Formats: sequence, C-alpha cells, structure tokens
Amino acid sequence: MSWIDKILPSGISKAEGSKRATVPEGVWTKCIKCEAVLYRPDLERNANVCPKCEHHMRVGARKRLDLFLDKEGREEVFANIEPVDRLRFRDKKKYSARLAAAQKSTGERDALVAMRGTLHTLPVIAVAFEFGFHGGSMGQAVGEKFSQAAQLALKERIPLVCFAASGGARMQEALISLMQMAKTSAVIERMHTESVPYVSVLTDPIYGGVSASLALLGDLNIAEPDARAGFAGPNIIEQTIRQKLPKGFQRSEFLLEHGAIDMIVPRLELRDTIARILAKLTGVPALASLEAPPELAVDLTAVAEESPEGDGDSDSDSDSEDTAVQTEASADEESAVVDAEGGDDSDADGEESSALNSDDDTNDELSDSSASSEPESSEDDPDSNISEAEDSVDAENDPDSETDEESSDKKSDA
Amino acid sequence: MNPNYLDFEQPIAELEVKIEELRHVGSGAELNLSSELDELKAKSSKLTEKIFSNLSPWDVVRVARHPLRPYTLDYLPLVFDDFDELHGDRHFGDDKAIVGGIARLNGESVMVIGQEKGRSVKDKVYRNFGMPKPEGYRKALRLMETAERFGLPVITLIDTPGAYPGIDSEERGISESIATNLAVMSRLRTPIVSVVIGEGSSGGALGIGVADHLAMLQYATYFVISPEGCANIIWKSSEFASDAAAAMGVTSDKLKELGIVDASIPEPLGGAHRDAPLMADRIREHVAGELDKLKAMSTDDMLEARYARLLAYGN
Repeated sequence: MSWIDKILPSGISKAEGSKRATVPEGVWTKCIKCEAVLYRPDLERNANVCPKCEHHMRVGARKRLDLFLDKEGREEVFANIEPVDRLRFRDKKKYSARLAAAQKSTGERDALVAMRGTLHTLPVIAVAFEFGFHGGSMGQAVGEKFSQAAQLALKERIPLVCFAASGGARMQEALISLMQMAKTSAVIERMHTESVPYVSVLTDPIYGGVSASLALLGDLNIAEPDARAGFAGPNIIEQTIRQKLPKGFQRSEFLLEHGAIDMIVPRLELRDTIARILAKLTGVPALASLEAPPELAVDLTAVAEESPEGDGDSDSDSDSEDTAVQTEASADEESAVVDAEGGDDSDADGEESSALNSDDDTNDELSDSSASSEPESSEDDPDSNISEAEDSVDAENDPDSETDEESSDKKSDA
Repeated sequence: MNPNYLDFEQPIAELEVKIEELRHVGSGAELNLSSELDELKAKSSKLTEKIFSNLSPWDVVRVARHPLRPYTLDYLPLVFDDFDELHGDRHFGDDKAIVGGIARLNGESVMVIGQEKGRSVKDKVYRNFGMPKPEGYRKALRLMETAERFGLPVITLIDTPGAYPGIDSEERGISESIATNLAVMSRLRTPIVSVVIGEGSSGGALGIGVADHLAMLQYATYFVISPEGCANIIWKSSEFASDAAAAMGVTSDKLKELGIVDASIPEPLGGAHRDAPLMADRIREHVAGELDKLKAMSTDDMLEARYARLLAYGN
C-alpha cells in the first residue's frame, strides 16, 4: 500500500493507481536543476521541492491536494465524472485507447481531481490538475468537474482554490474543449459577481486554453517559483518572430514583473499564505493555527550547508531584468516576419500541448518547431531558466531532463 | 494555375475563362453565341455544385482561408449602414487586427466587432494577419461594455488565424485579455450574436465569440487548434492536416450536429467569395432575425439561457 492510500479516507478509491507501485523504485533521485543527488523520502517530505536548490518539481494532483488541505475531514467530490469521446477521435491511435492508457497509468478518470475540505479550518473546495493525464489538458470532463466544483463553492459560499498545470485545451475533443474555456470562465465570473473567492495557483506549466481561461481569472493569481505560464508555447513564438526568447520568458518572475499575478509563493508556504488572505477576504478573524510553524515545513538547515552548486537558483532573480531589456528590443520587429502559416500554428500553442503521449505532450507540442536555440542558451548558462525550458520543452531533443522529472514525480507519488 | 482559385476550383476557373473568351468573341461578332454561353454557364454551375457538394473538411478549411474570401471590412458596408469606427483600448493602443464601431443593422443601432486579416500584403502586415494582441481583445471588451451601457446589441464577426504569439503579446497578458472577455461576455447585459465568417482559430476566435447565438457561414471553419498544428503534434508532420481536419470536425455542419454552433448560414454557389453581396444579405437577414428573438426575451431570461448554455457545453 502506497502512502497516498494510507492517508486517503476509505471512501476514496484510487482505482488502478496501485499498479504503479509495482515499478521498482530507487531510493535516490536527482534534482533536474542543480543535479544534486537526493534521498527520495527527504524530497517527498519537502513537497518535491529540492532541498538543495529549492527547485519546485512537479507533484501529482492527489499529492498536491494532500499537501494543501488539512488532514482531517476531506472528501473527494465529483469523482464519477468520466471523459467522453464524442467525436470518436482517432489519429494513429484511438482517443478512447489513449484515455484508457492514461487512466491506467495515473489512476485518475481524467485530468482534474476535486476535493472538499478545510484549510487551517476554513472550509474550501480545492481542485488540482493531474499533468500526467494527457498533459493536464482540458476537455469536457475537466471543464465539467471544474464548473461543478465552482458551483458547489457558489452554493456553499466557500472559496475555490485551483492548482492548474496544463498544456491547454485537449485536441481530441476539438471544439468541445475550446468551449470549456467559455464554460469555466462563465462560472468563475459568477463567483466574482457573488463575491465568492476564487484563488488560482499557477504551477509549472500552464499554456493555451487553460491559461486563457481559468488560470488567470483568480481574485488571487499566485504562482509557484519558476513556473512557466503563457498563451503560446516558447517554440511557437520563436518560430513566429524568428528570434530567441529572453531569459526567464513566461516564468513566474516574468509574470509578476508584467503584472499578471499577485505574488510568487514557494510551495511550502502556499497553505499559510492562502489561508491568511482568504481569512482576510472573507472576514474571518486571524487564524490561530497560522501562528504555528507550517505543518509541511521540514528543517532545511541540515541540508542547506552541504549545497554544492548553488549558482543554479540565483539566476532566476536576475532574469526578470534581462527579460525586460531584451523584450523591449525585440518587440517591434515581429509583425514583419509573420506569415499566415505562422499564424496558424500560432494558435496551436498550448492546445497542441493537450494531446497525446501522456506526460511529455505539452513539451512535445510546444516544440514543434524544435528551434535550434538550445545550444546557444546552454552556452550562456546551462542552469538558466530558458535553457531548462528548452530542454524540457524539447522532449525529443533531450528526453532525459523531462523523464527525470516525470519519473521522480511518479515514483514519489506511488 | 490561377492563384485566386484553389486546386479543386481549377476546373471551374477553366470554364470561367472559356465563358469570358466566348463573351468577348460574341460581343465583337455577328454570331449569336448566347445559347452557347448559357450552356457553358449552366455547365459551370453544375460543376461548381458538384465540387462543392463534395468538399472534405480540409477543403472547407481552405475555402475558409480563400484568398478572395470576404473579410470583416468587406462585409461591414454590405451588411450594415452608417458604420462609425471606434478605436483603441484606452490603455495601450489600437489593435488593427480587430475593427469595431457603431453601425445600423436594418436601421437599428448595433455595436459591431470583427477580426480583419487584411487583403493586400501591405494590409496584411498592417492588420497583423488578423492576429490580435491583448489590446485588441481589450478594445473589443471596451466596446462591448459601451454597448451594454447604451443597450446596443453586440455583433461579432470572427475571422482569425489565432491570437498573436509574440513576446509583447505575452508581456501584456494575452491570456488574461482573452479570459476576461470570456468571463465578461458570459454576463454582458445585451444580446450578443457571433458569426464565424472565415477562420475561427482557437482562443483567439473565442475571445470575441461568447454569444447568445453562434452562427457559422457554411464554409467557415472553427477549431481548437489549426489542422496543421494538430497534425504537427499527433502525426509529427503538417502534411497530415487533412486527416487532422477530418478527425477534429471543423466544419459548420459537424459543429451544428455537435450542438456547439446554432446555425450554418448557406453560402452562394462556390462560396462566399463568388458573391459577397448575396452572402452579406444572408448574414444581415440571419443576424437580424436572431436579434429579434433575443430582444423578445427579458434580459434576465436571456442571460440565464446564455449561462445555462455555456455550462452545458459538451455535456
């Protein structure tokens, strides 16, 4: 029995998720950013944040909600919503077969998990995207579950918190997916008009249709450090404007700098920060439990001293400045080089990501151009944000970085 | 090959050339060629009918992007009267890829907002190929809010290869600008009718496309990702765009069948580009008819129906 089964209330079935436990697990894993060798239980205790360089690795939907909600009194809601293949979409494989495979590998019915629970005793509805399921892409089932969760929040007048991680709208449900953007935005707008708080937490990565709907409509938009979020994938943009993108482009720091988000909050502080703000928004007196140290925090002092290659993470701070300068310069030339074809691909951006082969989709898709930028950027600084983006975005070019992260996620989830 | 005809239109093009030649000859000569001309014209119609009754989804996408296809600026004077263009988002700039303003439709005041791709190369660059930036969506939003204040119905004409994927777009929050439009349009207290006149590409199209009534021209197309983009991802090559178009269901009849689109407005024989004035008449008639129905409802009922419909998408 995996840890997640132990902490889940008995009513919640993890479906076939337990099959994953048969994958042999290493005790050691490597941080994809600073390459430090990490003891897996330490990493898990630290919410999948590298104890050495604080790189935020991905976490699955269930672990995410487990980290966020109070341990007591949580319950999964709308668990029975299933994806429907209304178009009978098929490419080289049937969409229904892809769905079945994704369900088997993740143990989820689709890419969104919803729970009702409390956050430092405040009642909340929380939803989290499972990036491992078709790149967290939004089709009808995701849109429907989100919208039902929001309607429940409206009915009970309690806040909704969403942790998004998604390549965008799901291609295989075509225009039905697109319309989920309108649907989720409509229900969020109703929350706004009825003064029921909606908090959107942006976690790496968020592109396309999810970015252009539910992820940026929060009363609060909060990003985890170094998360990528944007409308069009970096490769699509490079292909369109035929230029290198500035360092740190579309990262949390860029979003903060350009006014898209309220704040950047490290994973281990999300619970306290969101609880504190929600309490203020909803007229709840200061929460006593917030005085105590965060439940999820671990003692980082022990490992901090050993940290060998510390330069990796310091980049992110300076990036935003670079960004501002470089983008100024590049902004003017764009339109001249676009052609209609470029435009077509353009809209592709995130949605493309939606697609197929499970985990790496986003990256695959965002990368159709497979721009040749990688060598340059890695010359600059192998640890820089942008080069990492390229690495993981170009799954084909460099499968290692991506699978590393993915597999570490999977294993730690199992 | 005539570049203004698609490959499957070439047989029609050849016939048309013959007709032109014959007409030319006929006008100079004593011969009466009118019966011959009529015969050729009938043959041309028949051929066009045959070709167009048999278009694949990918063919339809290509008609929707036809170089001669009427754009928003072509329809504005044909569908509406008295159009006064209003510029700018009041924050950053005036996006030329989205045109908006106040006009009259059968005498009634309306707010019209449409995406414009641009005809000539120079135009296309000026219009950014119909790819709006955040200020375009914010201009649209501002105009819709003005319309709400003054009780004018909003009519949007959708024709875009997508929102602009560029650095400045991202810096100024293209995602947020689209998301906000989706949110606000879901509750705008005035009727909204949207018509996809050409290419409805993804979030960039939807950003002005949340409506009480969504119509498509018969050979318009609407997709979540361009068939080329989809093919690139799934088939790893854009050569499979026709497979992708077929798999996604990008045509008005398919989308109507799925209940996403409310109506498909029939195009003139051979497509809207063969007779833009006739197409414009049909658009005017259709939109006016739908507006009448919406105006007959109370605003609250209309909004509840709009919301219910949005929440039911795909269910």
